Amino acid sequence: MTNNEEYEIMTGNHAAAHACKDAKVQVVAAYPITPQSPVVEKISSFIENGELDARMIRVESEQSALIACVAASATGVRTFTATSSHGLLLMYEILCWAAGNRIPIVMNIAMRAVGAPWSVWTDHQDAFTVRDTGWIQMFCEDNQEIYDTNFQAFRIAEDPCVYVPTLVNYDGYILSHTSMPVKLESQEKIDEFLPPLKHHLNLGDMNVVKGVCPVTTPDVIKREEGTAPGYYEFRYSLQRAIENSIDKVKEVHDLFAEKFGRSYGNGIYKTYRTEDADILIFAVGSVAAESHLVVDKLREKGLKIGLISLKLFRPFPANYLREVFKDIKQIIVFDRDIGYGYEGILCYELKSALYQLKNRPFIKGYIVGLGGRDVVAKDLIDGVYRAIELEKKNEYSEQTEFIGLRLDELDFLKKEVK
Amino acid sequence: MTEKKDHEKILASIQKPVVGEAGKTGSWSTIKPKLDLEKCIVVTTGKAICHFCWLFCPEPIISRTNPPKIKHEYCKGCGICEEVCPHKAIKMVEVSEL
Repeated sequence: MTNNEEYEIMTGNHAAAHACKDAKVQVVAAYPITPQSPVVEKISSFIENGELDARMIRVESEQSALIACVAASATGVRTFTATSSHGLLLMYEILCWAAGNRIPIVMNIAMRAVGAPWSVWTDHQDAFTVRDTGWIQMFCEDNQEIYDTNFQAFRIAEDPCVYVPTLVNYDGYILSHTSMPVKLESQEKIDEFLPPLKHHLNLGDMNVVKGVCPVTTPDVIKREEGTAPGYYEFRYSLQRAIENSIDKVKEVHDLFAEKFGRSYGNGIYKTYRTEDADILIFAVGSVAAESHLVVDKLREKGLKIGLISLKLFRPFPANYLREVFKDIKQIIVFDRDIGYGYEGILCYELKSALYQLKNRPFIKGYIVGLGGRDVVAKDLIDGVYRAIELEKKNEYSEQTEFIGLRLDELDFLKKEVK
Repeated sequence: MTEKKDHEKILASIQKPVVGEAGKTGSWSTIKPKLDLEKCIVVTTGKAICHFCWLFCPEPIISRTNPPKIKHEYCKGCGICEEVCPHKAIKMVEVSEL
């Protein structure tokens, strides 16, 4: 820190709200849900006291919130929203519409478990659940990263080579309600980094009669006026745009790092003590943050272990990960989410990415901390040791393993006698 | 300037009104709008100051011109134009009375 006065102490939610203000967002539509609500409350106060010249559209549900954002964005303005868990799932349909129409909205998710049973605490289930809707997804580990990632998200989403909506994910409570120092940047510098939006749609122009997203046929449409793509071509285009955005993500991250002096790995993943490591932990968000401690403690014990914290989850950076993991003996994946009926989502996505490697590493996945169960270094360390044992025996467990379960504390499990 | 890639050109599916996309879709309506040029404020003033019929027509088959032109062969006969015209210049009439 060069000058302490440049830093403000704020929660992750307020860091997101400040990013929204400094990005000069023009329309915000959102519905309150724990733990996201303070984002929008703060934005609302920015608008009220004249610090942000934007329109806040009050709506009756999250679905309406995202519809309002899609419609507003289609008139050519910069739009922002935020949600969590059930709110995100209520938006599911509109997530697909936003992506399919290539609407460059930026949304923040204060990640939270999905019911039932009801929980307001963190895990990554909500964010991972929407991975197939066609949004770019990035994860954050601290409040400064939330603030910084939002500017990058706008710049990526609005790039004419991309035009894909983007999610910025951070853990509910662990970041959303925890205060940390955040360096806020000057408006001038941010304006230089983030030029005004040039949208491919402008439905605000009443002189051009057109609508977005009519019924689009399976085949290419051929008329005297010209040809139009069929549904298949649009979906191909979306996939290509997301796949190719990976270069843009990296480019934008590097530009940001150069301008503001803060970088997050290479913009795609962050490394921690990976030099000379033959075992790597793979995780995102809060779990990656906790894993720093795990690496430090195990290094003291002489293990050559490091951490890869994934920042960019969609597009899934398979090429980059193959490069990182190609000479690694063993990988331990900690998932704060499950692909129910299979295993942790990060784990199976990583496995599929590394399938093409000649010398595939031994990958062991664990489920951790669902519904806000504290993820503690000690539990993770036990997991690492167990994985090393399994690797020695080349043994794969048939069932998903949960770290930090407290079944032994349930007395009714003990009393049951057959 | 490099050549744009396909995914940079294929963006949102856009709808533009095209004549005869699905045939003459107004064939089944029994009543159609008839415009009284003497009452239409666009015609009487010569200014593009109203055009409610153009704005509200859901098809859209009414042009934003002076005078507004109606493409009857695509009109479904909903009568919205009659309802919204502030000068009562449009009246829905039987097809035979056009």
